[in-house]
Amino acid sequence: MASLDDLKKRIASVKSTQKITKAMKMVAAAKLRRAQESAEKGRPYSEKMNNVILNLSNGISDKENAPKLLSGTGQEKTHLCVVMTSDRGLCGGFNSNIIKKAKSYFAKILDEGKELKIITVGSKGNDQLKRVYGDKIIENISFKESKNANYFDADKVGKMVIEKFEAAEFDVCTIFYNQFKNVITQIPQAQQIIPLNNEGEENSSEESYEFEPDEDEILSNLLPKNISTQIFKAMLENSASEQGSRMSAMDNATRNAGEMVDKLTIEYNRSRQAAITKELIEIISGAESL
Amino acid sequence: MSEEFKVEIVNPEKSFLVKDDVSEVVVPAFEGEMGILKDHISIISFLKPGIIKILSKSGDENYYVEDGIVEFKNNNLSILTSTIFNLADMDKSKQQDLLKQAEEEANKTDINDQSKYLADQKLEVLKTLN
Repeated sequence: MASLDDLKKRIASVKSTQKITKAMKMVAAAKLRRAQESAEKGRPYSEKMNNVILNLSNGISDKENAPKLLSGTGQEKTHLCVVMTSDRGLCGGFNSNIIKKAKSYFAKILDEGKELKIITVGSKGNDQLKRVYGDKIIENISFKESKNANYFDADKVGKMVIEKFEAAEFDVCTIFYNQFKNVITQIPQAQQIIPLNNEGEENSSEESYEFEPDEDEILSNLLPKNISTQIFKAMLENSASEQGSRMSAMDNATRNAGEMVDKLTIEYNRSRQAAITKELIEIISGAESL
Repeated sequence: MSEEFKVEIVNPEKSFLVKDDVSEVVVPAFEGEMGILKDHISIISFLKPGIIKILSKSGDENYYVEDGIVEFKNNNLSILTSTIFNLADMDKSKQQDLLKQAEEEANKTDINDQSKYLADQKLEVLKTLN
């Protein structure tokens, strides 16, 4: 049995851990509110963008000559996966969930004998993936310096993806991120951004548009922007998810630490009592023997 | 019947402006300025750097944009843009900053014709503001 002193020290250390997790929870809660707000405010833009593209691609007359970003290269040999994770740890299952989702997708692609290339955004994802898929990772980007997700960073990633697409380095591009549902639920998502996957979303309006300049030019301008927008959306969702996930993880940790303190305190009191009883027995039996 | 329609301006960070008592909007479309009134035909177009004028009952507003997409449909005008400033909030120093940036951009030699054109446009618009 641990000595009284040891128990005292442990209680003190668990208590200070609890203080840290509590503080982290508070910080995450404050950041979450901001991140959630910007994620929600960012949604209209990406939705509108998607709508416009949907309308455009429906209206396009010459499907054969549609821009490659929309229709794809015609084959599916090389897959590029952009895995978006956080730069910081201690956020529960946030990163592992994305990685798990991504890994199962990777396995599927490799099973089909296709080529795989990976871009990791955020250092945690890189850390987890480089052990198994180290040779497949072609780029690793991290935005440790930027405090909040901003469009400028997203645009950088977007431009890189497009550059690689134009250099014919891949055929299909998928991004992985966590969609923020609420504080306790974040859903890992795999979203294909090249070629644009609009099937399943039936557009009811058959209205014809007037285009200025013509469809092709608009599309070829719009599609690269859409890539950046989608990545930006993913970044916003991710940052809200990260904070939410961290908040609930730290909440759990605080609660667990509290339980542990209670348990240790009981043990401490018990052993203190035991020591007193032992001393009493010794005194009494000593007196009796006289 | 009223001659008003709804306009919505969104940028990636947020929904920038929503107004539903607008009588006319003038946008700097790629191929020239374009005035949009109620019951305009559905249209999708691009913006070049310029001034968006919004005319409404509650007063006129002017915004400076650098790029964007306009979509008009069913008397809903959506403007998607990544850079937008309300001219009323824009002070001289901000204008000077933008002007300086635009000048640098326009003086670059290693850019293609289209970005050169856009940079020149930007410069011109900013100069007229000052």
